[in-house]
Amino acid sequence: MDLKSHISVKNLNVYYGAEHALKNINIDIPDRRITAIIGPSGCGKSTLLKSFNRLVDSIEGVKVTGEVSVDGENIYGPDVEITHIRKKMGLLSQRPFPLPMSIYDNVAYGPRIHGTKNRKVLDETVEKYLKIAHLWDEVKNRLNKPASKLSIGQQQRLCLARGLAVEPEIILGDEPTSALDPKSSRAIEERFMELKNDYTIVIVTHILRQAKRLADYVVFLYLGELIEHGPAREIFENPKEEMTKEYIKGIIS
Amino acid sequence: MDLRKTEENIFKGLMIASTLAIALCTGLILVTIFVKGFSALSIDMITQTPKGGFYLGKEGGILNAIAGSLYLASGATFLSFCMSMPVVVYMNVYAKRNSGFVSLVRFFLDIMSGIPSIVYGAFGFSIMLLLGLRASLLLGIISVAILIFPLMCRAIDEIFKMIPDELGDVSYSLGATKFETGFKVLVRQAMPGISTAILLSFGRAIGDAATVLFTAGFTDSLPGSLLRPIATLPLAVFFQLGTPVAEVKERAYASALILTIIVLAISIIARFLCRKFTVHIIK
Repeated sequence: MDLKSHISVKNLNVYYGAEHALKNINIDIPDRRITAIIGPSGCGKSTLLKSFNRLVDSIEGVKVTGEVSVDGENIYGPDVEITHIRKKMGLLSQRPFPLPMSIYDNVAYGPRIHGTKNRKVLDETVEKYLKIAHLWDEVKNRLNKPASKLSIGQQQRLCLARGLAVEPEIILGDEPTSALDPKSSRAIEERFMELKNDYTIVIVTHILRQAKRLADYVVFLYLGELIEHGPAREIFENPKEEMTKEYIKGIIS
Repeated sequence: MDLRKTEENIFKGLMIASTLAIALCTGLILVTIFVKGFSALSIDMITQTPKGGFYLGKEGGILNAIAGSLYLASGATFLSFCMSMPVVVYMNVYAKRNSGFVSLVRFFLDIMSGIPSIVYGAFGFSIMLLLGLRASLLLGIISVAILIFPLMCRAIDEIFKMIPDELGDVSYSLGATKFETGFKVLVRQAMPGISTAILLSFGRAIGDAATVLFTAGFTDSLPGSLLRPIATLPLAVFFQLGTPVAEVKERAYASALILTIIVLAISIIARFLCRKFTVHIIK
């Protein structure tokens, strides 16, 4: 499998105060594939994900060294427009966080802040992405109702539509199904399978079976160190490192 | 097991006792102003300006003070709000959370809310003298705005502190700036708290006598210009209560009753309007 790289990480180190959260990470995230970051909790999975869109910046006492390049541009470079970087990526968090506004305004928020004012264009955008997220039929008659009134599963699909509406190239998911019921989780997984032809998807998960179902490429982290990475099949069927073997067999977790 | 039950009963008792004490005080105040002022209350009281001998007359009404107080409190609340929002958004969005500078600002705001209102009045008065100005509605508004600023600021600040970080992260991850995140997302989430803060501040502004004593002055006529003195309800109560004439004293209680009714009415209206803003809140 010859893969073109979309996000390229070089010598990435992240410190929270004295804690060394990510230790010298070097990986290439393939373009238009689903990459799963796996590993036990506290191993730095979320930190790695958040360093891709620089949300780590807002954490207190954080220090980042090294490079993360998206489309060849180092996002930690001195002249980088941070809003421009973030616009390229949609984020799904562990628990869905709709914005405190209507269903319509949630999806339209991104396009609006990036300058779309035309009501007709916004209407079309909202409909298009709610359809992609398979939420349109459930909400088309109550677009002006508060997003907070939706079920958790619907909220997560709304968050997906909202993220897609800024037309990103990359979707980041931080354990995006961990707060959802099995049916809603499956709905999200199915969306990912549909979207991977057009987007680079990176998800953090602690559910091995989910990684097996979804991932084309797997990154295994342990205590802030990159243990092994490679195509999903190799990692799951023929891991090279002893630690990866033990994790996949469930000996360490 | 029994000990825990006793403990629970003791605290329940204390809670009921303090609730009763507060209800009793409020009740007594309301009864006092109602009993003593109701007989003097008339339509004239709220539709006429004072007649028959400056503001201590027995005829006419206190429309001058009602209008003056509403103008003053609305102006001061608005001005204070305009000063508070940028400060709060700076402290919670732009500055690093829990930075030394932000703690210092909070500390000073807390000190400011402890300063007696007469000191703000005296401060406004000395500035007024320094610039050679006369007491006026504008100076009253500015002084009262400074008086309620720390209260409003800290009340809104506490609401912002409670908003989960993730909500801001959502907005940032869509490529929003700090300005957009603060004023388009977090403000909406904080709306119920903001309206409560505005209400509390308005109550403080309309009820304060000491700040306006020197800075807004007093007059028998209706407010007409920002640069002329105005009458206010607390001062009307204060002056009328200070006379030896029984009828005028009665009118003081009636004025106090009107002030209380205004505050009550505004609270109820605001609570009602507030519901409209809170439908989108994420719980």
